[in-house]
Amino acid sequence: MKIKVNNEYQEFDGEITVSELLTKNNVEMPDMVSVQLNGEFVKRDNFSSTSLTDQDEINFLYFLGGGNF
Amino acid sequence: MSLTDEQLERYSRHIILKDVGIEGQEKILNGKVLIIGAGGLGAPIALYLAAAGVGTIGIVDGDLVDRTNLQRQVIHFTPDIGKPKVISAKEKIKEINPDIKVNTYQYLASAENISDLIKGYDFIIDGTDNFAAKFLINDACVMAGKPFSHGGILRFDGQTLTHTPGNACYRCVFKEPPPKDAVPTCSQAGVLGAIAGMLGTIQAAETLKFFIGKGELLVNRLLIFNALDMTFRNVTLKRDLNCPVCGQKPSITALTDYEQAACDLKGQR
Ligand SMILES: [Zn+2]
Repeated sequence: MKIKVNNEYQEFDGEITVSELLTKNNVEMPDMVSVQLNGEFVKRDNFSSTSLTDQDEINFLYFLGGGNF
Repeated sequence: MSLTDEQLERYSRHIILKDVGIEGQEKILNGKVLIIGAGGLGAPIALYLAAAGVGTIGIVDGDLVDRTNLQRQVIHFTPDIGKPKVISAKEKIKEINPDIKVNTYQYLASAENISDLIKGYDFIIDGTDNFAAKFLINDACVMAGKPFSHGGILRFDGQTLTHTPGNACYRCVFKEPPPKDAVPTCSQAGVLGAIAGMLGTIQAAETLKFFIGKGELLVNRLLIFNALDMTFRNVTLKRDLNCPVCGQKPSITALTDYEQAACDLKGQR
């Protein structure tokens, strides 16, 4: 199946959860990322129980703290 | 208000733009903008807004110019080392455009003072370096019904969103500040100086669009870019009706100072 991750398609064989997708994408601190799936934010507690389906669109949003420094 | 000959000349490249014109330039000249943080983002923002003729610019920053700032904080020059950033910034703004009224606030924005700080301004800009301040600015602006521009940069990345009342806020995306040391700080992780310019000028453009009332603001979307790949993406956001500050039953109804988490620079902040 194809999932659009941060605007780019990725292909997967079989089921994958949000947690697994974060791992596969080498997301450094999965606890610190906001995940938006098909326009809705996924609660952090549900990352490992939320499975993705073909053509899902998912965005990883990170804290960027800088600016003044 | 009618423009003087000198103003017609100074702002001629704005005025010939169909979407600005004399009317738009007058709106810019009447605009009052508060820039919180006179650093990497605040520097280009202040320079462009001053050049554009934003009538009143307030600058909030408690720091002094440090040698490590000069790689990206382009409003501060080498001879300014040791000078309060708000004074250094004011001097440059006045040289670019003597017509601008500059208000300086040489202290950190805090839960105690932020409501008073933002009160007299039409548009607020977050150019701060830490999550405590970013959440504070968000909450204060949401509560006061003030539009603001959020900006964050790190390494080669930048992101920004514009909030206007009734639309998605920073907390709709990021519920609460990350725990101290959970997210790399800028002094640990570094930043390419030009990233500050890229993001700051986007924030400045949003501010000017807000005043002229043309185009589509970055409202209900987060613009994210990575300058290594030079890719940009827009993530559509929805206001979260359960948002702790802008939702239907907000759990946050008073401002608090979070522990300063990010971007400690020599322990000054
Ligand atoms: Zn919100």
